[in-house]
Amino acid sequence: MKISLDKTSFDEGLGLLKENYRIFAPKVFAGEGRFSDTDLVKYSEIDSIEEICFDKKSEFSPKEVMLPITQTMFYFTEKEFKVPDIDDKGIIVFLRSCDLHSVKRVDEIYLRNKYQDMYYKRIRDKVKFVVMGCPTSFENCFCVSMGTNKTDDYHMGLNLNNDSVELYIKEDEFKGVFSGEEDEFDVKFVEENKVKVNVPENISLAEVKDLELWREYDKRCVACGKCNFVCPTCTCSTTQDIFYSENENTGERRRVWASCHVDGFTDMAGGHSFRQKHGDRMRFKAMHKISDFKRRFGYHMCTGCGRCDDVCPEYISFSNCVNKLSKELEGNDE
Amino acid sequence: MNNTYIPGNPYTPIENVYLPKGYKLISLNKLTEIEWLFRVEYDQEVTFGQFIEISIPRVGEAPLSVTQFNKEEGWIEFLIRKVGKVTDCLFDLKAGDLMFLRGPYGNGFPAEEEYRGKHLIIVAGGSGLAPVRSMINHFYNDEANDTKVDLLLGFKDYDSIIFKDEIKQWKEKFNTLITVDNSCSLDGVCEGLVTKYIPDLELADDIADMEVVIVGPPVMMKYSAMEFLSRGVPKEKIWVSFERKMSCGVGKCGHCKIDETYICLEGPVFRYDEAEKLVD
Repeated sequence: MKISLDKTSFDEGLGLLKENYRIFAPKVFAGEGRFSDTDLVKYSEIDSIEEICFDKKSEFSPKEVMLPITQTMFYFTEKEFKVPDIDDKGIIVFLRSCDLHSVKRVDEIYLRNKYQDMYYKRIRDKVKFVVMGCPTSFENCFCVSMGTNKTDDYHMGLNLNNDSVELYIKEDEFKGVFSGEEDEFDVKFVEENKVKVNVPENISLAEVKDLELWREYDKRCVACGKCNFVCPTCTCSTTQDIFYSENENTGERRRVWASCHVDGFTDMAGGHSFRQKHGDRMRFKAMHKISDFKRRFGYHMCTGCGRCDDVCPEYISFSNCVNKLSKELEGNDE
Repeated sequence: MNNTYIPGNPYTPIENVYLPKGYKLISLNKLTEIEWLFRVEYDQEVTFGQFIEISIPRVGEAPLSVTQFNKEEGWIEFLIRKVGKVTDCLFDLKAGDLMFLRGPYGNGFPAEEEYRGKHLIIVAGGSGLAPVRSMINHFYNDEANDTKVDLLLGFKDYDSIIFKDEIKQWKEKFNTLITVDNSCSLDGVCEGLVTKYIPDLELADDIADMEVVIVGPPVMMKYSAMEFLSRGVPKEKIWVSFERKMSCGVGKCGHCKIDETYICLEGPVFRYDEAEKLVD
C-alpha cells in the first residue's frame, strides 16, 4: 500500500502506533556535538516526524536500540541472579538502507554463530523497521560499493518531500494506521557515492599481514575506539561487574561495548596480550570488515556507512585504507 | 520480513547462556607456591580440554580449563593461579562455599575419535599440563590399554612441577620425561627446554599411527611443533590448544577471535594445519 499524506496525518498515525510501540529515530541534540557549537545526531525515542533528522547522517547507528551501549545482564544477591525485565511494547526503528543491512550482520553474530543471545533476541524479535528514503549520499558514504544502498526487506518505507510524506506500508498491521491518498512512487535510494571502494576478494592473511601500509596507522591511530563504537556492525562487548556501595554482595553484571582498537582488548590474566601495535589493530578490524566475516558468513561485514571516517579524530579513512590495500594486492599480482 | 512479534505478547523464551550456576567447592589443595587445585561439585558432561567460565559476582568472569572431571562422583577440578582479578578472589573461598560456573565450552581433545589405539606423544609446558591431565589419566586408567602414551613435561624449575604424585604414577605406565629450564641434579629430571628432547623421542614406525599433542605457552607450542615437523610428523598429526581472552565463551564478545575463527567455538584445540594459519 503506497500513500501520500501530510505531516500532521503522519503524526496521527505515529500517535496510534505509540500505544503499542516505542519509536526510535535519529534525532538532533543541539549543542551536544564533539566540537563547540556542533550538534549530535543519535538515536532516541521520538513522538513526531519533525523530531526525525533526515538531512544529516546519525553519528551513532541504530544498533544501540537492539544492542545497548550498556546493558544489565543480571542483578546478583549472594546466591541468586535476576535477569532484568523488559517492557511489553514493540519497537519501531527508522533507519536507512545501509543500517538495515547492518542489522542483518548483528543478527548473524547474536542470533546465530552457534549460540543465541537471549538479551539481543528478546529485543530484536519485536523490532519493526521503517526505511528512510535516502536520495543523496552523505560525506564518506560508500554504500553502493558495499551493495547496501538498496533494500526491500522492511515493514514501511518513506520519502520526505517538504511538507508531505510518501509512505509505502508493507506490514499489514500498519495499513489501517495511516490514512492518505493512494499514490505511486519508489522509496528513494542512493545510486552513486562520491567515495568508491574496491574491496579485494579472497585475501589471504599471510599476504596482508606484513604489508608496510599498516605501519602508517601505528602512529596515526590513537586507539580511541571511536570507529568501533559508531560502527553499525561492530558487535564486540565485555562484561563489567559493579556492586552497590551499601552492600557489596549485591550488584549487577553489565555488558558494555568493547573495541578491538582500545588497549586491553586481548589482555589475558598473567599479562599476555596480542596486537600491541595500533596498525595491527587496524589490520585486524579491516580484515574482519572486508574478509573474515565473509569467510564465515558469506558476505562482507562492512556496509559502507562511513561513520568510522566521520568520527576519527586523526582523520583516518577506512575506505582509503581498503583502497590502498586493494592497490597493494593488485600490484602483487602483476 | 519474517517477524512474528505481536505487541503485548512476550517473546518465546530461550535459554540464557550467560547465567552462572552455583556449585559447591569441595576442597582446595596447594600444589606449588602459586598454584592451587580446586575441586568443585559438578554434574554436567565435560570432555578433555574444555573450559568453563568461572564467575565471582562483583568481580567478573574468567575462562579456566577443566583439569580433571569425574561425572560418576560428581566433581571437576581446576588448576588455579593467582594471576588476575577473578583468580585472586577465588582464594578467598573456603570448602563449602559456592563457585559460580557456566559452560563447559570449546571443543576439547578428540581422545577417543583420533588418539585411541595409536602412539600418542603429549608435550606439556608448565600449567599447560592442566588441560591435558584428564586425558592422560583417561589413558592411564584405560582398561583396553591399546594406546601407547609418551609424556614430555617441561617446567620452569623443580618447585614448579605440578601433579607430582600423578606424574610418579604415569611414569610406571608411560615413557615420561620431565624437564626443568634451570639446572637440576635430581634423578629423573632433565635440564633444558622440552624442545631440546624432541629430536631424540622415539616416534612410531608408521607416522600414520601417531598423534602429537602440544600444550603450553605460545612460543613453546610453536617451537615444539617445528621440531616435530622437522622430524617428518605431518601437520595433520599435531594438535595444540590455544589460550585467549574468552570473555563470553559463546562467540559473541569477539575478544578471542583470530581471523574468521572464534577460539571459544572452534577451539581451543586445533590441528596444526589449522592452527598455523591462526596468526594475530
